[in-house]
Amino acid sequence: MAAVATTTTVRRVRRRPSLGRALAWTVMAAIVLITLLPFYWILRTALSTNSALVAHPGDPLPVDLTGGGFARALGLQSTEEAIAQGGSGGGLAFWRYLLNSVIVSTLIAVCQVFFSSMAAYAFARLRWRGRDKVFGLFLAGLMVPAIFTLLPNFVLIKQLGLVDTLLGIALPTMFMTPFAVFFLRQFFMNVPREVEEAALLDGAGKVRVFFRVMLPMASTPILTLAVLTYITSWNDYFWPLLVSYSDSSRVLTVALAIFRAQTPQTGTDWSGLMAATLIAALPMLVLFGLFARRIVNSIGFTGIK
Amino acid sequence: MTVAASSPPSRLPLRGAEGVTAKRKARKVRERGDGALAALFIAPALLGFLVFLLWPTLRGIYLSFTRFNLLTPAKWVGLDNYIRMVHDPIFWDSLKVTVEYVVINIGVQTVSALVIAVLLQRLTQSAVLRGIVLAPYLMSNVVAGVVWLWMLDNQLGIGNEIIQSLGLDRVPFLADETWAIPTIALINVWRHVGYTALLLFAGLQAIPNDMYEAAKVDGASEWRMFWRITMPLLRPVLAVVLIMTVIGSFQVFDTVAVTTSGGPANATNVLQYYIYGSAFGRFQFGYASAMSVALLAVLSAITVIQYRITRAGQTDLG
Repeated sequence: MAAVATTTTVRRVRRRPSLGRALAWTVMAAIVLITLLPFYWILRTALSTNSALVAHPGDPLPVDLTGGGFARALGLQSTEEAIAQGGSGGGLAFWRYLLNSVIVSTLIAVCQVFFSSMAAYAFARLRWRGRDKVFGLFLAGLMVPAIFTLLPNFVLIKQLGLVDTLLGIALPTMFMTPFAVFFLRQFFMNVPREVEEAALLDGAGKVRVFFRVMLPMASTPILTLAVLTYITSWNDYFWPLLVSYSDSSRVLTVALAIFRAQTPQTGTDWSGLMAATLIAALPMLVLFGLFARRIVNSIGFTGIK
Repeated sequence: MTVAASSPPSRLPLRGAEGVTAKRKARKVRERGDGALAALFIAPALLGFLVFLLWPTLRGIYLSFTRFNLLTPAKWVGLDNYIRMVHDPIFWDSLKVTVEYVVINIGVQTVSALVIAVLLQRLTQSAVLRGIVLAPYLMSNVVAGVVWLWMLDNQLGIGNEIIQSLGLDRVPFLADETWAIPTIALINVWRHVGYTALLLFAGLQAIPNDMYEAAKVDGASEWRMFWRITMPLLRPVLAVVLIMTVIGSFQVFDTVAVTTSGGPANATNVLQYYIYGSAFGRFQFGYASAMSVALLAVLSAITVIQYRITRAGQTDLG
């Protein structure tokens, strides 16, 4: 950090290393520490045994290093072994939940972004009667907090007989969100009309223009939106909690909350719980690692979410 | 939300005027057939909008005037649910708890986000640091809740180990009626502050650097520049971000469900948790809907008031 400060000083003559700057860097360092400490503490706890955690609560390193927590979270331990190490011995069909989370998030991200981009194209570039009225209606939808629709949507999903199914979890957000339509419409509006017209004069139909010209030109915002939608769906807890009752449709967030509620006689299985937490969060961390720059830079655009 | 009004609908007529005649003819021929195609393109999104957004909104309002337990058909009861709500002390308590949560959450989060955003702008433009502050946002509320539940555990948590090593008394963060709401509010600050900071950071990027350079030549301090340049010019962005985060904050549920389940002694029984309990614990869907409508009304009122006060739609950046 100090090195960075010095190079800036050299480059911009007016900026002297001052007490203020040192203080500012200290604040920044503290913020980074508070931000990252919980991540380290998850890892440190997951690699410790429950008995050692009780004996050395403040030790900064993993105590009595073990992979037991991970084995328990992944359901690789026998019941007796799990209970002996401070687990509840309750089953946890981890791979099932992981698969469920992947299916639901993929279904939502792919369908929502595709259908929303079709609608966005119709709003941005096709001419039809009532277009502005329908778009105004969509925009009004931005004003309804998502949480307000959960109860009635649950009633609907129940009537459709889709309770406790993955489709039931995905369905309400699979077709669109007003935000996605609005966001993509802005990008389509900015694609130069000449590009589209050139393709049309070459004899391409509007459908072809959409798939061959518009979608590729908007591939960056579309991919960004898809990644953000994927993360949002992956992290969603309230809606899946309402819809899923059994392992067949349980996603990771809900499973994790259940794991946390299954407190064994000896006290919470922190080691196993932190291991499960890490595994549940890992796919998002990997996704973030891959798209970090793009996500970070897109926050300004996608702000109105 | 607000950007909608400024989007350019005036673009189409302007465009038509400048096209070459041949091109315009070609376009006209194509556009005559747009209706059918547009219907096809709009169909999936419109279906989703009508079935899963518009219809549930109307239905939610309708259900608030009924008695409904999910098993037998909803029965119209007029204003009964609303009358009950006004006389329900638990409802008022949960509203109070929710407001307390929102005030702490938004207060701390906005100030911290502002500090982070300004540091990211004035101290370093590092993309790595921006990535780091955003990292907690990628965790679910459930993960954030569980991790802090562990770190703030009364007996074994690292938080209390540190507090004790400083010679202070242990704090029963989530197990104490006074501490529980501030603790949950701060946990959610941890998860959301980076995202909020990046929104503000994006707003800061729009302020021309020349202004800072000019002020520096005049001998202005960073502190003075913050109050004279940054704050006035960031105001519209800050206003929109505030409206968004307040609305989000009122909907707190996940963290409460995972850490305290509304306890101890209803101390964290936030409105959304009470609504959830009424619907899925006691099967009073009508009453739960009435409270949802009340929350919706509160949020709409706050949006309008904040929008007016902060003049969110106008910018000072000529």
